[in-house]
Amino acid sequence: MTALVRLRPSVPPKRPGRVAILGAPNSGKTTLFNALTGHRAKAGNYPGVTVDRREGDLQRRFGADDVRLIDLPGVYSLQPQSEDETVAVQVLAGGFGEAPPDGVVVVVDSTTIERGLPLLAEAAGLGLPVCVALTMIDELKARHGEIDLKELEEELGVPVVGVVGNRGLGIDDLGTLVSSSWDWTPSPGLLHGAEAKTPEDRFGWASDVLGACRRQAPEPNRWTRRLDRFLLHPAIGSAVFLAFVAFFFQAIFTWATPAMDFLSGFMDGLADRVLATLPDTALTRLLADGVIRGVGAVIVFLPQIVLLFTVILFLEACGYMARAAFVVDRVMGWVGLEGRCFIALLSSYACAVPGIMATRTIPSPRDRLTTILVAPFATCSARLPVYILLIAAFIPADPVFGPFTWQGLTLTGLYFLGTGAALLSAAVFKRGLLRGATLPFYLELPPYRLPRPSDIALGVWDRAKLFLRRAGTIILAASVVLWFLLNLPRRPADPQLSVTENQRAVLEGSYAASAGRLLEPVFAPMDFDWRINVGLVASQAAREVMVATLAQIYAHEGEDGEGLGVLLAGSGEGGAPPLLSRPSALALLVYFAFAMQCMSTLAVIRRETGGWRWPAFTFAYMNGLAWLSAWLTFVLASAAGA
Amino acid sequence: MDRTLADVADASDERLLEIAEVTGTGADSRRLREIGFCAGAPIRFVRRAPLGDPAMYELRGALLSLRRSEARRIRVHRVAE
Repeated sequence: MTALVRLRPSVPPKRPGRVAILGAPNSGKTTLFNALTGHRAKAGNYPGVTVDRREGDLQRRFGADDVRLIDLPGVYSLQPQSEDETVAVQVLAGGFGEAPPDGVVVVVDSTTIERGLPLLAEAAGLGLPVCVALTMIDELKARHGEIDLKELEEELGVPVVGVVGNRGLGIDDLGTLVSSSWDWTPSPGLLHGAEAKTPEDRFGWASDVLGACRRQAPEPNRWTRRLDRFLLHPAIGSAVFLAFVAFFFQAIFTWATPAMDFLSGFMDGLADRVLATLPDTALTRLLADGVIRGVGAVIVFLPQIVLLFTVILFLEACGYMARAAFVVDRVMGWVGLEGRCFIALLSSYACAVPGIMATRTIPSPRDRLTTILVAPFATCSARLPVYILLIAAFIPADPVFGPFTWQGLTLTGLYFLGTGAALLSAAVFKRGLLRGATLPFYLELPPYRLPRPSDIALGVWDRAKLFLRRAGTIILAASVVLWFLLNLPRRPADPQLSVTENQRAVLEGSYAASAGRLLEPVFAPMDFDWRINVGLVASQAAREVMVATLAQIYAHEGEDGEGLGVLLAGSGEGGAPPLLSRPSALALLVYFAFAMQCMSTLAVIRRETGGWRWPAFTFAYMNGLAWLSAWLTFVLASAAGA
Repeated sequence: MDRTLADVADASDERLLEIAEVTGTGADSRRLREIGFCAGAPIRFVRRAPLGDPAMYELRGALLSLRRSEARRIRVHRVAE
């Protein structure tokens, strides 16, 4: 009886103010959180998508207007080992200057109930009111499994609600439950489980509970078995993966280009229209060249960004990402890292900022730091516009075999280059600076799930908005600053010269030109002229600014009707000289693959490592490596007569 | 006769096994037990990764992957089916 007294909240509140959502990784917490709050937090079919707590208000339609939900990172137990798990446990214990939550919804995957119940016992042991959300009931039924919810509820003494989070089934029941009175009485059975000291005792208790209910365990997931046999086959699996990757990068050129050309024409037309209709003042030219052409040059890559994220989000949602971690774990083992590091690296292919935040799932501080230091090598989506612009201008679109062209293969190669650099650097760090034992690693492989197209579409829409917001803020700001630097100091127009010649003269005498020339000794070995140097300095704010810079220079120098690519590669015999030779262009591509050119990433490294030391180190070693590799590429490409 | 999970993966033995013991103490071995590798739990080897390591096991209705170094800590014996 003493236990009963201890486990009851001292003063049971009428209605909860704050409710935490707790569960194992990949049990469906975030999907439930989104359904209850109407939020659209990112959920994926692999463990570790949520690394920080997230709060949102319960939707009013459930009958209460002041219930706050807290989505916690996934945990297997309340004995934390990594930072994201510590966050979860601290929230439950009343950390962060807040009271403990008034209740806990324990999320249990109904297809593996036995594995989820021990966490329920631990949560009940905290003395907080608990209830159970059994997720993925549809999958349980599809695999001919069954559980009597009423009996389970009786066994546990706390409410049990069956839900299918992404289809909204059972959400009303759960929402009503969470917003109603909070008077839950754990059964003696649950209290017994809560007192268990070892994992064995808790699992033993879970089997007892399930044994007392009418239940049919689900059959093995046939589709997952079949697909695994195929996709994890040493030969077939690797071939499928490589073909898929190559096809995808080819598609970025073949399919997204028409949409991109359309956007590009639209932006140019808009800039011309502005120049033609508004009076010819500096402000008009700032608007046309600095804003519309500069930012427009980046926005035109929206189709490629959409395609990239459609594929990434599909792979995450269907369960393939976890398989990818399984396949390359051997390589990670050789590098000296564990699979969770690979998952953080994978997220960095979208953007290094969430990738670096995902390292919070890594228990070993050394492994975590190593992953943070190499994550910016992953080919993030900001590199894509630069890659596509340079590849389209300098690499022939000749077919190599089937649908694959040199352009697509070059892009594929650049992605492998970034991956290789990340893994090799990690291996070096783990053998030197950050030597340490590898911690045990286990990875849960979720069943394959067919993602709902609307979920993917919403995710892609969010990423597209983020891309456009970036274009409208940091890239816009950088582009406007650049416009001033490229157009000042002012000089009177020479009537002897044509308009274009006058514009060129302004450009040659601009502050930006002086700064670019100052850097010439640094980049002369790669034969970059001052205009590329300006772009390199400007892209330190964000990589896409390189494209905006070149677009502005083109506005000064380009002939009508020629594309930006013609400015870069020259217009052939007797025409304008190229801005870059092909060896220089290859060197520039390699420079972008390796260089640390992102303020947001440096800021997040500072936040996660608690100081400027590691961001400064990352900046120095990545840019050093970038310079050396670019130079080497230039020398080799020149020797090969490329 | 007890073997470890690593031996089972080497022999690609897909018969049903039962965990006898997780050797070792400390946080690492506790975490293995917390995710379900407890004495008495039925377990089955499913497949090895294409590069030979890690291996996938079926435990309590879920698919879990362990590296050979961890699989060696888990002693198993065969169950008559």
